[in-house]
Amino acid sequence: MEMKNIILLALVAILIIAPLVMYAGHGEDDGYFGGSDDAGGEAIEENNPDYDYEWFTSIWEPPSGEIEGLLFALQAAIGAIIIGYVFGYWHGGSKAKKEE
Amino acid sequence: MHIMEGYLPPFWCAVWFIISAVVVIYGLMQIKKATEDNDDALPLLALSGAFMFILSSLKMPSVSGSCSHPCGNGLGTVFFGPAVTAVLSVIVLLFQAILLAHGGLTTLGANIFSMGIVGPVCGYAVWKALRQMNISAPIAIFFTAFVADLLTYITTAVELALAFPGADMGATFATFFGIFAVTQIPLAIAEGLLTTVIYNYIESARPDILVRLGVISEQETGAN
Repeated sequence: MEMKNIILLALVAILIIAPLVMYAGHGEDDGYFGGSDDAGGEAIEENNPDYDYEWFTSIWEPPSGEIEGLLFALQAAIGAIIIGYVFGYWHGGSKAKKEE
Repeated sequence: MHIMEGYLPPFWCAVWFIISAVVVIYGLMQIKKATEDNDDALPLLALSGAFMFILSSLKMPSVSGSCSHPCGNGLGTVFFGPAVTAVLSVIVLLFQAILLAHGGLTTLGANIFSMGIVGPVCGYAVWKALRQMNISAPIAIFFTAFVADLLTYITTAVELALAFPGADMGATFATFFGIFAVTQIPLAIAEGLLTTVIYNYIESARPDILVRLGVISEQETGAN
């Protein structure tokens, strides 16, 4: 089981590393590694110049990429804490059961 | 799959908001039912939500040359069904809309509809079909998560094509499909693999909970 999971995780790593190798040397400046969400927004702007997409704007925006990185890390950390807690809770529970 | 704030006209915001609200309310009732007589369900529900939280924060590069993120919506779907997953998606999408300017409050309904409803419903159909054919749970969950992820992005493309049909709605859909779905294929595979890994850990930690929820049968717990 353990080995199987490690192989699956290695496959994920390959999937993520492959594009980094394929497009090594490219960057955001020449149109690589941008977000698909942003690309979707750009396509709308391009094809619908009359549409007022500012009819409602975000109530708050991270003031810089640094702050955005902070909040994304926070999001992942919250998730990781909960997952770790639940597995620990189960592990402790079954251990206590065995000792009874 | 996040449609940005303001990028849907008010009419479509309302349409998706109403549809999603109905499903989310139904999901809240389902959660109440699932946790009422089963104390073990709550930690599993928290874990499913947390998995979604992590996966949707990971923006990964794709072989298409752009970046996108997985959704994590397959796991909760298998355990609790699509409506409960819709509720979990609300938490994630609100966090990202308010703190990250990712997605938005006006587009919340549309984003719940893609990530919390269509993706999970399609994934759930795949799960049921594969399990009917006696495919083992870890393999079935891979395809469930793959389909749930991919269909989430295809739904976003449909939503945008409906709101901005242009001269030829088919061609517009193809544009959005190219932006969202093609990039997403390798990421959907990655999501399928990650979901299988966490499922394996859950199954080895607490197979009894999965049997009670009807995810696997009694016999399957002995197989591992």
